[in-house]
Amino acid sequence: MTQSLVVRYAKGVLRFRWLIITASIMGVILAGAGGKNLAFTDDYRAFFAKENPQLEAFEAMQNTYDKSDNILFVLTPKDGKVFTPQTLSSVQWLTEQAWQTPYSTRVDSITNYQHTEAIEDDLNVADLISEPNALNMAQLQKIKKIATEEPLLVQRLINTDGSITAVNITIQLPGKTLTEVPEAAIFARDLAKQLKAQDPNLEVRLTGLLMMNASFAEAAQKDMATLIPLMFLVVIVVVGVLLRSFSATLSTFLLIIFSIVAAMGIFGWQGLKLTPPTASAPIIILTMAVADAVHLLVTFLWNMRNGETKHNALIESLRVNMMPIFLTSATTILGFLSMNFSEVPPLADLGNIVAVGVLLAFVFSISFLPALVAVLPIRIKAQTNFSQKNTALNKLGQLVIHKRKPLLWVMLAVSIFFTAFVPKNEINDEFVKYFDESVPFRVDSDYAAKHLISAYTIEYSFNAQDDGGIAEPAYLQAVSNFVAHLKTYPEVSHVNTFSDTMKRLNKSMHGDDPSQYMLPDSRELAAQYLLLYEMSLPYGLDLNNQIDVNKSATRITMTTKNLSSNQVLMLEQSIEKWLNSHVPDYKVMAASPTLMFAHIGVRNSHSLLGGTTIALIFISFILMAALRSIKIGLISLIPNLIPAGIAFGIWGMVNGQVGMSVSVVAGMTLGIVVDDTVHFLSKYLRARREKGLDAQQATLYAFNQVGQALVVTTLVLVAGFMILVLSSFKLNSDMGLVTAITIAAALIIDFLLLPPLLMALDKKPLKAVGKPPAQAISTPNSAVEPA
Amino acid sequence: MLLKYSAFLTATLLCLASSLSFAGAQVVSDSANKDSKGFTIAKEVQDRDSGWGDSHAKMEMILSNKQGQSSRRTMELKTLEVAGDGDKSLTVFHTPRDVQGTAFLSYSHALEADEQWLYLPALKRVKRISSANKSGPFLGSEFSFEDLSSFEVEKYTYEFIREDTLAGNRVFVVQYTPKYSHSGYTHLEVWIDQKEYLFRKIEFYDRKASHLKTLEFNEYKAFGKYWRAMEYKVSNHQTGKSTILNWQDYAFKTGLNDADFNKNALKRAR
Repeated sequence: MTQSLVVRYAKGVLRFRWLIITASIMGVILAGAGGKNLAFTDDYRAFFAKENPQLEAFEAMQNTYDKSDNILFVLTPKDGKVFTPQTLSSVQWLTEQAWQTPYSTRVDSITNYQHTEAIEDDLNVADLISEPNALNMAQLQKIKKIATEEPLLVQRLINTDGSITAVNITIQLPGKTLTEVPEAAIFARDLAKQLKAQDPNLEVRLTGLLMMNASFAEAAQKDMATLIPLMFLVVIVVVGVLLRSFSATLSTFLLIIFSIVAAMGIFGWQGLKLTPPTASAPIIILTMAVADAVHLLVTFLWNMRNGETKHNALIESLRVNMMPIFLTSATTILGFLSMNFSEVPPLADLGNIVAVGVLLAFVFSISFLPALVAVLPIRIKAQTNFSQKNTALNKLGQLVIHKRKPLLWVMLAVSIFFTAFVPKNEINDEFVKYFDESVPFRVDSDYAAKHLISAYTIEYSFNAQDDGGIAEPAYLQAVSNFVAHLKTYPEVSHVNTFSDTMKRLNKSMHGDDPSQYMLPDSRELAAQYLLLYEMSLPYGLDLNNQIDVNKSATRITMTTKNLSSNQVLMLEQSIEKWLNSHVPDYKVMAASPTLMFAHIGVRNSHSLLGGTTIALIFISFILMAALRSIKIGLISLIPNLIPAGIAFGIWGMVNGQVGMSVSVVAGMTLGIVVDDTVHFLSKYLRARREKGLDAQQATLYAFNQVGQALVVTTLVLVAGFMILVLSSFKLNSDMGLVTAITIAAALIIDFLLLPPLLMALDKKPLKAVGKPPAQAISTPNSAVEPA
Repeated sequence: MLLKYSAFLTATLLCLASSLSFAGAQVVSDSANKDSKGFTIAKEVQDRDSGWGDSHAKMEMILSNKQGQSSRRTMELKTLEVAGDGDKSLTVFHTPRDVQGTAFLSYSHALEADEQWLYLPALKRVKRISSANKSGPFLGSEFSFEDLSSFEVEKYTYEFIREDTLAGNRVFVVQYTPKYSHSGYTHLEVWIDQKEYLFRKIEFYDRKASHLKTLEFNEYKAFGKYWRAMEYKVSNHQTGKSTILNWQDYAFKTGLNDADFNKNALKRAR
């Protein structure tokens, strides 16, 4: 792209301005129509690719047994007593009503728990509590003892001292429409409200995977409804103050809207679902699109204030900015495309939407924006002393030049200091903690985890050696040993296993003799007890959720306390080791959402590391080619890489929890921080090559030329990503914060480290590379010249 | 109960071949303010399948889950038609091996809980089974006990919905609403063949009135005037699981009587 070509192009844009404006509007309407397809997903499985091995294992588990999506009502009587007629009546009422929950297939509570009891010589299987109001003190005590000593119930549906209880609803979503999750969630919330109204003694809390799914969609919707308007407000104010021109601000606003609407529309045309990460795409596009407009309009207005005509000012602005804007857009797009290496589809989607948005922002910036500015009235008074506005940055430039040596060492030391804290980060995806404390699901889940049961489980499918083999004494003994081993971990709070049911049956079949709480000693006996028990269970309370159709495997559900991903992985490995050494003859598979999230972080960061490296290599080559200097290209690596190092170092110091979204920041910001470097270096090199200035003078030139634009675009970018910090969804807020730190660090590095570095390494007088003197210094009225 | 499948399909009319008048009277009062067309159809189904006395058959049950795994059980069933009440049935399990010789005796009742006993050969004892389980699954399958017990007219109220065609057969579609308070269903939609008055298909609606499962009756065969489906296929739409029953070696009027359906007979059954 030669300069004269750009000038010819710019003249063309102005000539066909109406055509361009019309075509742009039509294009946006066409693309934006795809927005009608946009909908919010409400399934945490959206965070996993179809071929994710942990998801596949979990799907297989769910298809073998039953699905384990659930709603958990946690009930806390204010008088601290669950075993009163009043509270038990409420539990029974809730249990009955809960069957009406849309898509529910099973309801478990202490009242409908199928208690087995020997009555004379027969096995009686019945609800533990059928008529709570008729119970006297002695009966209540007896029931309390049964419930709080039953391994299937305690620390799951009742706590050890009988002061908190829970009702669990199992949900099987058909997965046909997006209204399923909200339908069930709304029903559950309404039920909670009714329960509180009729029994004021109860505190009612709602948790479970279905409530989490509902919260995903709600968080995304809330972000879009509150954060995007806020961001627009911030941008309009910043741009308005900076440009001090209504028409220019309006043009910027339209450019942003067009880019967002078209990019989201194109995403909609692909029929993909919005997730909380992709819901943040408009904010990121908005932020990115501002930069292009600001660079173009600052130069344009500067020219007009210097007395240029509107057309000439526009042409000149395009001439000067075309290359840098093109370069920065290209590198930004590459950075966002690197998110395609993520194992997490919503993050890859986010990268692609933003990449499309940035591309569109570039196209609109060099076509629609100048065309629109050309037709809008711009009232600018030529100012004689305009360039003095740059004095602050000029002073900063002078200071940097003056103190370049100490600055170089101080900045290097500071960079190394912060970067040294990068290893303090720990990969962690705790899905409950994706939501901040303003989200009821988070608060209620924390309460449940603290007092009764957490949402974190690992499910084990323990295979016997043949069909019907789950009745084999050796198998049951192996399962029982395994469960005993699981219970030795302090982080394990509950284990639900069929072997406990078998022991209880054996006891009941022996006249409820407590010494017979053991496994039956023959396969036939166990199989026939099981048959008898299965034939006695009522609707919805069967064993299909624990036993497969062949009776060749059982599902053991282990609930843990709140654990970080690393703790989950360590626990999983420790358990696997035990299995391999103690029961090597049995095939045991582990799966659960907790495991899926625990593994995704590691998988994601490994694949992103590859993606970021490739993006870095591409971007570096682009810089070398664009700047036409291998040496400067190599020097640019330092300011391009250090900001992420500093940001992750600071993050390691203050937080250190790297979830799936924070791990994309390095790749994503690479394309953005490069922009500052590109702008700074292109001006620096222009001064070196075209004006024959030395490194120090060229530095000052660059400060004067792009300093202000860099400060402003950085402010806008930091503001944009800081607004994401307001999201109640931690994946978005953490990503926003780390990105904001990275971008802020980039500006500081570009101002305080890059110039000393250049002055130290770029000492040779530069014979402009293949210098065509006619090429660029060229136009006499060049805006590049500070007045 | 098991035996009652027969009832199931062809809606066994155990009722009152003999005490028709009694049944008729009761029925009329039940349905007087309901839908008489639906009731008339259901009654006709039962009437046509009454008087078979007793039956004997072998059955294979195949359970499948969504993952594509399946499991097979075999058993033998004897059923005794009981005038004025639900049938009596005796089921002896042949496979899987672990439960071979286990026998299940059931006296079904229209509106009360059924009476059930299980003989466990490993224990050499007969155990009575608790009673609230009509809604529960039979042998871990997608059939519940109530699906497999006889379709006494007294058990439901009826509402005629429409006439329709199913796989080339003209059918009535009738809504059955269980009277039994512990039923697992709000209602059933039953497709009844217009020519032979036999069940072609049943859709089951769970306690929250959503479509839970569909039962199809395939390969009907006539044994004298009595029709029996050789295949029952039930698909659970909520869990993706399914169960198929394959019937063979049907015999009627084999000379069984009450003495073949008591606890002593249960122990002797092999």
